[in-house]
Amino acid sequence: MTLPALGWQGLVVLATFGISLLIATYCTYAERVIAAFLQDRVGPDRAGPFGLLQPLADAVKLFTKEEFFPAGANRALFVFGPSLAMVTALMSSAVIPFGNFLQFGDTVIHLQGIEINVGMLYVFGMVSLGVYGIMIGGWASNNKFSLLGAIRAASQNISYELAMGLALIAVLMMSGTLSLREITLQQSVAGEWHYWNIVKQPLGFVIFIVCAFAETNRTPFDLPECETELIGGYHTEYSSMKMGLYLFAEYINVFVASAVMSVLYFGGFNFPFQYELRDWFVSSRGLELVTAQNIITILGLVGLFAKIFGFIFFFMWVRWTLPRFRYDQLMRLGWTILIPLAIFNILLTGGLITFGVIK
Amino acid sequence: MSLFLFLSFVALLSALGVVLAKNPVHSVLFLILTFFTLSGHYLLLNAQFLAAVNIIVYAGAIMVLFLFVIMFLNLNEDTEPHKPALAKFAAAIAGGSLLLILVAALRNVSPAGYDPASFDSQIGMVDKLGMVLFKEYALPFELASILLLAAMVGSVMLGKRETGERNF
Repeated sequence: MTLPALGWQGLVVLATFGISLLIATYCTYAERVIAAFLQDRVGPDRAGPFGLLQPLADAVKLFTKEEFFPAGANRALFVFGPSLAMVTALMSSAVIPFGNFLQFGDTVIHLQGIEINVGMLYVFGMVSLGVYGIMIGGWASNNKFSLLGAIRAASQNISYELAMGLALIAVLMMSGTLSLREITLQQSVAGEWHYWNIVKQPLGFVIFIVCAFAETNRTPFDLPECETELIGGYHTEYSSMKMGLYLFAEYINVFVASAVMSVLYFGGFNFPFQYELRDWFVSSRGLELVTAQNIITILGLVGLFAKIFGFIFFFMWVRWTLPRFRYDQLMRLGWTILIPLAIFNILLTGGLITFGVIK
Repeated sequence: MSLFLFLSFVALLSALGVVLAKNPVHSVLFLILTFFTLSGHYLLLNAQFLAAVNIIVYAGAIMVLFLFVIMFLNLNEDTEPHKPALAKFAAAIAGGSLLLILVAALRNVSPAGYDPASFDSQIGMVDKLGMVLFKEYALPFELASILLLAAMVGSVMLGKRETGERNF
């Protein structure tokens, strides 16, 4: 790789970082607007037009609040917890292919932070590390409610990671690759009638999205923070920006989970009739093939973000619709329903592949 | 080379931290750091799959369980049982002799080396690894997977509610 290309790719990494933060910022706003919409209230509308400056006001509030350390807390780990939650959340978006490639002359820019051939495993690893931020923070607070939240987070994440991994295996059996870019490209091939993976893996997708709710600690599975039993759960003792980092990390995790589901099951940056549209640009509009491809790439980028926002809306919709599960119900759902279903899904997928129904 | 030295330095330092830290939670966190540096070494050896699996399985799952148990039992400096001097003495002798044996065994070892012409730098990639696992080691691989599946089914069975049992 030559240096200019590396420079462009570096910009893509920076842009991914910035977009993750921006989306997390406006998720706090969207959450309240959607809550207000679902509960027939007005919602935030004071700061700026439509309350759009509300996240900025929140940031000012969080940064200027008092930094509080509870008595007997492990100070180093108390700061380390939220930092780790944020770092692992931000790292996981590095391998997500946000778009195909842009080509200017000889420079080809892939709209993806880094392309590695174990991309899916990388995301999975980062997700499994995310629980440390919660566990360390909850333990270091020296508060029994925080500790209970931390312990719940640990057992919940481990239980649902299994079902999530098993649901994923069914997708990988069809794709034969772990690279997220390859999985995306396989879901649409020029000149052929190709389906997105959701058509071939409806059961796997349902298992995956339920596990995604559990892994991101969103209602109905937000047992680690469960304010009716545990005050605030793992972040009971946190204030100011350390609290903000935990909330931010949760929204970034929601964003990444939405992006991964879009890529795995909803065709990623593909959209219907993209090749026909590209050929139409070339034949009827007289554009060069490269320019037409760039337009398609940008449209695909927009399409992927539309899918991601759709999923984020779904996360929030569920949050303000369903009540929280009880802890034993959560564990029973994970171990005795989702895992057997996921194993059944693997067997089913294997059978269908063997008999050539899907490939 | 400098990356290798840095990783080795951090690996040794954090491994020492595991043993020397007074607080068991700190020990676990040092152990996680050690696993990360080991994954870094795997990456330097071009074994991406092994690196990712090491992070997922060891750092991401097993160490979470370690931390879980330590937090649950509330182990810390105050509750740590103090061993008698004789036990410490015996442990030092046992550890020392193990070190001696290791040094004696590895003193005259020279690296076998590899042939640059026939060496396959892609050997650690996931597709190559899959080929080897499913062609040459298919039986042990399948047996190990059945073992793991049995463990998982067993845990589900243990967690199942028995007739007449009420928790709430």
